[in-house]
Amino acid sequence: MSTTNNLIDLEGADHLSDSPTPRYFGREKSRTRSDKAFSGSVVVAALSSLFILVAILFYLATSSWPALQKEGFSFITGTTWIGGLDDPSLQVFQIWPMLYGSFLNALLAIIFAVPISVLLAIFMVFIAPKKIARALTIVVDVLAAIPSGIIGIWGFLVFTPVAEGWARLIHQYLGSIPIFVNNQDQFTRSPFITAWVLGIMIVPIITVVAREVLAQTPQDLLDAARGLGGSLWGTVRMVALPHARGGIVGGVMLGLGRALGETVAIYFVLNLIFERVNYYRILDPEGGSVASMIIAKFGEATPEEIQALLGAGLVLFILTLIVNLIANWIVARSARERLA
Amino acid sequence: MNETKTAAQEEEVMSIKNVRVPSSPQDVHPNQPGDASVHLETQNLHVWFGKRLILEKVNLAFPVNSVTALIGPSGCGKSTFIRVLNRMHEFIPGAALAGRVLYDGQDMYDAAVDPVNIRTKVGMVFQKPNPFPTMSIRDNVLSGLKLAQMKYENPEEIVRTCLERASLWNEVKDRLDASASSLSGGQQQRLCIARSLAVSPKVLLMDEPCSALDPGSTRRIEETIREISSDMTVVIVTHNMAQAQRVSDYTAFFLSEDGAPAQVVENAKTDEIFKKPKDSRTNDYVNGLFG
Repeated sequence: MSTTNNLIDLEGADHLSDSPTPRYFGREKSRTRSDKAFSGSVVVAALSSLFILVAILFYLATSSWPALQKEGFSFITGTTWIGGLDDPSLQVFQIWPMLYGSFLNALLAIIFAVPISVLLAIFMVFIAPKKIARALTIVVDVLAAIPSGIIGIWGFLVFTPVAEGWARLIHQYLGSIPIFVNNQDQFTRSPFITAWVLGIMIVPIITVVAREVLAQTPQDLLDAARGLGGSLWGTVRMVALPHARGGIVGGVMLGLGRALGETVAIYFVLNLIFERVNYYRILDPEGGSVASMIIAKFGEATPEEIQALLGAGLVLFILTLIVNLIANWIVARSARERLA
Repeated sequence: MNETKTAAQEEEVMSIKNVRVPSSPQDVHPNQPGDASVHLETQNLHVWFGKRLILEKVNLAFPVNSVTALIGPSGCGKSTFIRVLNRMHEFIPGAALAGRVLYDGQDMYDAAVDPVNIRTKVGMVFQKPNPFPTMSIRDNVLSGLKLAQMKYENPEEIVRTCLERASLWNEVKDRLDASASSLSGGQQQRLCIARSLAVSPKVLLMDEPCSALDPGSTRRIEETIREISSDMTVVIVTHNMAQAQRVSDYTAFFLSEDGAPAQVVENAKTDEIFKKPKDSRTNDYVNGLFG
């Protein structure tokens, strides 16, 4: 018998079987006291974020439960909001115009922001001299850091009069297209203007992500495209953008999450209309936003209305969570594709 | 030079340049610069990265439809030189050059010349196979035509011809829609060659195209090189002496001594370089005494 077999004998008879059980290795365990303290605090920090998320969800769900139970599914699909009454049984809380408005605003904001962001990122990565690209990076970061209240005030005082002019022009020349119809002769406080303000807020998010993924286009692919006589536009369109597509989509989803959850800025620039849904007339001074509704109504709300507002918050929270999960999934998938 | 030249004027400029006197005699290639059978040549070429001079006084001419091997130790500027020949050099920050690179008699670095246009005429195959991973095999072959916005008819015929010339057709004809990244390294490199052929370049630059490949793939690519050189000028950088002897008609030996800028020590017919080199350093290098 060989030495090896002797060794196996010592370990016990199980190991002599033809199919040995594989032993897998986990992460290395902390052994020293400082290491244990370190991993302990890391675990606490990691769990605390999860705990906060669950705690908020739990709070929103439990405290809005009576309102949700009373309204049923029409809490989401209905178009009536009657609050502020002494008799709670007469109050009705339904958020469909607000919920739909949130998505309309966010979708329009994405439509406005994506081309600007992607072109800006292409400029920063492929065209601008290094110094200008660095300066632009700082500008974009600062833009991302402007508080939304400030953007809201700016949107109201400065941007709305300008965009009102755009809206009037669009209505004048393209008014026959249903989405540009406006019969109210008021062109402010519309989803159109709101979406521009939101767009300005999400341009930095999408730009930063798009710049990162575009800058990671492998040099050998860029060389290949240029070596074949690729123009700058051809190279960007056929090589860099397909390579960055997944990442850019992820950035767009992050922007969408921000646009969906935006509160104060929208409050400054949009008319909230509760009793009907403005489905597509984006120049009309009628719109909705779940987040803005919450701050608009919260101050004078009855206890039941507060329950309904918390319910609206819950719905928004869950939707934003879903959008962010999708974004994470897309970004992770594109990272895997790049590695492969 | 006038920036708005007509084709006829360009012809004229070309013919004037073609009767030039050759430059310094010791650097002259077997085919004299100015020879009508040469459509790519460098004259007194110097290349810098930042302030560092990399290549000095390179005078090389590449005869039409011949294969020229560039040999020399690592880091002697062969890859840099080959990138100068289709204006890929200028993508590297800090890159600079002096002297002239004539394509069809015109300096390709002239302000009037569109670099994108030059790169469709002087194609390039890189060291590492770099097919576009997001495209199918078919789209990879056609990618150059689309990138350069060239008009073309009968794409299937182009795909077939180019893949046949790159001796890849038989292996991929049933899966042209498969992703290019599903191919082996050797197949990917042949796909890159097919892709370069699709834009019908007059010159094909190859930067160590076989260095990442197994012997079987290397042999097939060498066959392809021999085949395409019937109507195309090929310039190939190689560290493989046997390969240089197998595929090339001419060989130029680059050397950078003691950190000095690299120069062309010797260039001649491949047989002469390997069998009776004039310079003792060439002799030592091709016989494996250094490098």
